[in-house]
Amino acid sequence: MSRLTVAELWKGYAGTSVLQGLELEVPAGSLTAVLGLSGCGKTTLLRVIAGFERAERGSVSLGGQPLDDARTYLPPEQRSIGYVPQEGALFPHLSVQQNVGFGLARRERRGRQVAELLEMVGIEQLAERLPHELSGGEQQRVALARALARRPQALLLDEPFSSLDASLRTRVREEVHALLREQGITTVLVTHDQEEALSLADTVAVLRDGRIIQHAAPAELYERPTDERLARFLGAVNLIDARFERGTALTMLGALALRGEQPLGDSTTGVVIVRPEQLEVRASEDGAAGGHSTPGLAGRVEQCRYYGHDALLHIRPEQPGAGELLLARVHGEQALAIGTRVTVAAHGSATALG
Amino acid sequence: MRMWSGWRRWPLVSVAGGVIAAALVLLPLWFLVVEAKQSGWGEVRHLLERHEVAVLLWNTVRLTLVCTALCALLGVAGAWCVQRTALPARRLWGVLLVLPLGVPDFVVAFGWVSIDPALHGYLAAVTIMTLSLYPLVYLPVASALSNLDAGLEEAARSLGLSPWQAFWRVTLRQISPAVLGGCLLVTLALLAEYGAFEILQYRTFTVEIFTEFKLGFDTVAACVLSLVLVALSIAALAGEHSLSGRGRSARSGPGARRVAPRVALGRLTVPTLAGLAALSALALGVPMGSLVYWMLRGSSTTLPSASILSAAGHTALYSACAAVLSTVLAVPVSALAIRHRNRLTVLLERLAYLPMALPGLVIALGLVSFSVRYALSLYQSAPELIVAYAILFLPLALVGVRSSMGQSSPRLEEVGRSLGARPASVWRRVTLPLIAPGLGAAFALVFISAATELTATLLLHPTGVNTLATQFWAYTSELSYGAAAPYAGLMVLISAIPAYLLSRRMGTLAGTEPRS
Repeated sequence: MSRLTVAELWKGYAGTSVLQGLELEVPAGSLTAVLGLSGCGKTTLLRVIAGFERAERGSVSLGGQPLDDARTYLPPEQRSIGYVPQEGALFPHLSVQQNVGFGLARRERRGRQVAELLEMVGIEQLAERLPHELSGGEQQRVALARALARRPQALLLDEPFSSLDASLRTRVREEVHALLREQGITTVLVTHDQEEALSLADTVAVLRDGRIIQHAAPAELYERPTDERLARFLGAVNLIDARFERGTALTMLGALALRGEQPLGDSTTGVVIVRPEQLEVRASEDGAAGGHSTPGLAGRVEQCRYYGHDALLHIRPEQPGAGELLLARVHGEQALAIGTRVTVAAHGSATALG
Repeated sequence: MRMWSGWRRWPLVSVAGGVIAAALVLLPLWFLVVEAKQSGWGEVRHLLERHEVAVLLWNTVRLTLVCTALCALLGVAGAWCVQRTALPARRLWGVLLVLPLGVPDFVVAFGWVSIDPALHGYLAAVTIMTLSLYPLVYLPVASALSNLDAGLEEAARSLGLSPWQAFWRVTLRQISPAVLGGCLLVTLALLAEYGAFEILQYRTFTVEIFTEFKLGFDTVAACVLSLVLVALSIAALAGEHSLSGRGRSARSGPGARRVAPRVALGRLTVPTLAGLAALSALALGVPMGSLVYWMLRGSSTTLPSASILSAAGHTALYSACAAVLSTVLAVPVSALAIRHRNRLTVLLERLAYLPMALPGLVIALGLVSFSVRYALSLYQSAPELIVAYAILFLPLALVGVRSSMGQSSPRLEEVGRSLGARPASVWRRVTLPLIAPGLGAAFALVFISAATELTATLLLHPTGVNTLATQFWAYTSELSYGAAAPYAGLMVLISAIPAYLLSRRMGTLAGTEPRS
């Protein structure tokens, strides 16, 4: 297994720069997700790594061997990089077996190896089918087996699950993940789905404006995003005014421990991120209306979005001048009627925005 | 860097092919201009006056306009009846209405005139050409109607329009590109036609040019008149372009398209059936019946000729060679236009479609002029005839190749490369199998058209060698109808079968989603 390195990569089309000095390091055998909005250059990045396009500046190398730099350009067929395009792109005129065997030498195409690959992705019974006779999930599996057939040193997946419907997506995702783990192959997965990136990848690189703005493990990315935009992209957030004091953020929800370093020395003010699932909501007892027996912030439910497994409450703090609505994620059975008076408390720690 | 240039070698092959195609298309046109220029402007004016250009123009234009309008009427009405009403035996009518397309126009004219030699002049020409050409409107309109989203009409009805109003204000607008496209084909066919008008003794530009060249041996006059004819064709092309640019064609939003319910004809069923039957009888029955009549009579009076086999052999050979050449040229042109789209390749593609507006006679004249000046050994040789066919029918080959080229996505070729196959190998194992159906269609279209081509063939066929078309023409000119009929029968057979298959394919395509 080899490490994939992209350094100072520039690439554009017709005068506009898509990638602007992009840096990406994918450790050998790991799965890295490149996360970004559509049109941010994710696919361009994959196409340069695969060799379908040449870099304008910068370099791509695999296992220390340069693939594309000022002096070298290795054509795609000599790169040992597997590529699974969006929607699979199976050869429509070839059977499943012929698709999977496409990259193999002539005598290997009908042999044991193809059968093993089909077995590995669990579609051995479909060997004779044509692509149009397969479901979306099956097509993805064939595309994956085809890419793995030549035992490439690295694998590129371009939004591999986006064309599948929601119920199928989770299952295929899990299966592919397990398979890639087992193979231990260096993989780059491109996606615009933050849930997919966070749940599958060892590390997530966020691509924006042609550069990687943050590359970190999923948990770190979620808890400590570099800026507000990224924080919102990764999931719903509450931005709360805070005063910092010795590693603690003092907010209207009480004192919260700060993650990592405090931004601007001691005793300043700023904004912290508190995720909706960190808020605990309790209905105030009717009799105790106005009473201050329960600790926390008093408020009123303004809206309730019910999703089944959970519910998102929009809560208006009663305290005058408390500012914005608070978002709180609660269990489904805890969905409260609009107008219910509640008290809100926060647990866990908060991240200060730089 | 060397590797990089290897990656781009395939476009270079395409570029070479595209340049050859463009050169071939422009060659005949260029020599027309050279020929005309040599004579000088005064001579050109003199020629135009001598040939009563105004009369020719009036003859050609009034015939073209009336005929095109009638074809539009018949084509749209027929397509609507077959596609949108609960007509009995719809599939049969669908085939019957297309079949006249398989009969060359000069054979239709022959069919009528051989029964009634008094048929000639304007009205006869209008009637017979309309009966012969209306399928050119019927086919695209039928296909557009079957692809139309029923939701549009229903929305119009729910907004208070009567069925007739909905048809007029919504349906017709949606199918207007198909109607206009069909009308353009009719107009161009009329401008290019020689054989039928010669038989019907109706003087159009094309007839005059042919006569001038073949009987008067006046190449300069023929070339000058040809340029006027080309101008007329291009005017038709521009007219269609500006009209079709105005309408916004169907762009349905997301969601499934539904097939419209068929209109029950009720009491109108019998009159409609009678109308369709009359149309088919006139367009198909009369020419076919007369062919059969002459074949039966002919075989009793004259011995079956052995030369029909040799003529058929030559026709097949020339047509097949031309079909291969056209198809091979169409591949790089459409590859460049689709894969490497820029101003230059779009221009190249437009250029390749230009022969659509060039009558066969014009292309033949240009080639004659070229060979007489620079390559006398090519004059009236098989290669020259084949090249003429290939240029003339390049647009048909493009239609066939382009659609399948669009379906073979560059993504698939890239995947092939990433699986370790070299560019040439990807071309052989991925691209070629994917575009093969389109190549087949292109070959078939060009083959049929070349096998039934008359005008260019008369000018360019090798001396002493006869094809089905030239032999038919020779017998018809001698009024030996019985001897001519078997040749026409064979030509009809060659072209009717693919026309039938084409209409069936249209039928099966109806109701399936077009691929994006």
